[in-house]
Amino acid sequence: MAHDEDVAGSERTLYPYVTGTSVIGIKYKDGILMAADTGGSYGSTLRYKSVERMKVIGKHSLLGASGEISDFQEILRYLDELILYDNMWDDGNSLGPKEIHNYLNRVMYNRRNKFNPLWNSLVLGGVKNGNKYLGVVTMLGAHYEDNHVATGFGNHLAVPILRSEWKEGMSFEEAVKLLEKCLLVLLYRDRSSINKFQIAKITEEGATIYPAYSLKTFWGFSAFQNPGQFAEGTW
Amino acid sequence: MFRNQYDTDVTTWSPAGRLFQVEYAMEAVKQGSAAVGLRSRTHVVLATVNKAASDLSSHQRKVFKIDDHVGVAIAGLTADGRVLSRYLRNECINHSFVYEAPLPVGRLVVRLADKAQVCTQRSWKRPYGVGLLVAGLDELGAHLYYNCPSGNYFEYQAFAIGSRSQAAKTYLERRFEAFDKYSAEELIKDALFAIKETLQGEKLTSSICTVAIVGIGEPFHIISEQAVQEMVDALETREEATAEQSGGDMQDESGNPDAAAPMEEI
Repeated sequence: MAHDEDVAGSERTLYPYVTGTSVIGIKYKDGILMAADTGGSYGSTLRYKSVERMKVIGKHSLLGASGEISDFQEILRYLDELILYDNMWDDGNSLGPKEIHNYLNRVMYNRRNKFNPLWNSLVLGGVKNGNKYLGVVTMLGAHYEDNHVATGFGNHLAVPILRSEWKEGMSFEEAVKLLEKCLLVLLYRDRSSINKFQIAKITEEGATIYPAYSLKTFWGFSAFQNPGQFAEGTW
Repeated sequence: MFRNQYDTDVTTWSPAGRLFQVEYAMEAVKQGSAAVGLRSRTHVVLATVNKAASDLSSHQRKVFKIDDHVGVAIAGLTADGRVLSRYLRNECINHSFVYEAPLPVGRLVVRLADKAQVCTQRSWKRPYGVGLLVAGLDELGAHLYYNCPSGNYFEYQAFAIGSRSQAAKTYLERRFEAFDKYSAEELIKDALFAIKETLQGEKLTSSICTVAIVGIGEPFHIISEQAVQEMVDALETREEATAEQSGGDMQDESGNPDAAAPMEEI
């Protein structure tokens, strides 16, 4: 009986409410570029249209999140405190992207061990002392680094494109073009994505999150003409 | 009759603004056998004098590895030194667990100093009776710190603590300006010379000293006794050679047989 009350008396995230979809991150010549749309879905309803899902963390890092938006906001509170206390030492040391990535991994893995996960996939990119860093942490505490990463649907739709088209030392323009290609594919095939995107960059000089903009779409592809053709039972 | 009224516990001030118990703890550091540390831009070397408590016993360890990037040399109560070393190891390992990166040396030293300071402000505690030379490497370069029982800490280019450390300090003060550009080998040589100063004529052998080093591309490690003996032997043959060469010229410097000075030219 006491055991039942313990469970009833605690609150956990059992499923997400307001969610963001894919985030894509790639390395390029001067640093890291990240892209995401600004949609916030309430279940399958596209409820919010301008949610910023990429934020600057400290001096050297950029964080992008898909998944539960409120959990992302909680993570941002943790990181704000972490960076504040780091700055308060005022000793010339600062947390770099590698440190933040590992910290986030510890936080995510801890929460999942409490059966109360932070329902996100996080992309952490940054540059410190000339080293570019790009990695992912999932809600289960799985983590990895790569030259190009994507979360959620992006893992299925963007990563194959990145694998064939990403090159070492791409220029800013080339890299943005590649990101936009991926975003467009996601826009066509991921029903929770919206046509309002942000791109963020971080280099040795600092981070910039660009204002949201739309991509030009073309819906005249023959594959789009009769969507129910090979899917019996749809209309 | 004239017993000191102000030294019965650490938190009692004397009218002159002193804390006697803290000062006594600082004395404990001076009683311990000597430890020296010196730093270049890329490396830090620690060296200690090992004194056995009795002919029948071995000597106690004075150099402790804290992490790959930090090590300490202690003078004073070894037992307290070991407790603090364990604390430092814990701090380092926790930091690398959370951030997968080494703890900056300056931050480690502040935590140690804060721990020591608490003992000077609680009536039921006693200060640690140990001084620590903390050698470490981080993003900002090589560092050498001295932590004392009072909770104060200082960063040094070179320093010596423990019994007869004044002689080593004098030696280091004459030479520290060149240390920044030193190689690891040159640092070790000067560490050995500084240690020799504290021995007051006793013969320097590898069995009575421990030498440790940390630097870029070189995790903290204690140099093997055999390697130290080879370096001691090399110093002695040089010393003899220069003594023969210059004969009476050494006279004015013989107070501190500064055999190291001619080595600069080599």
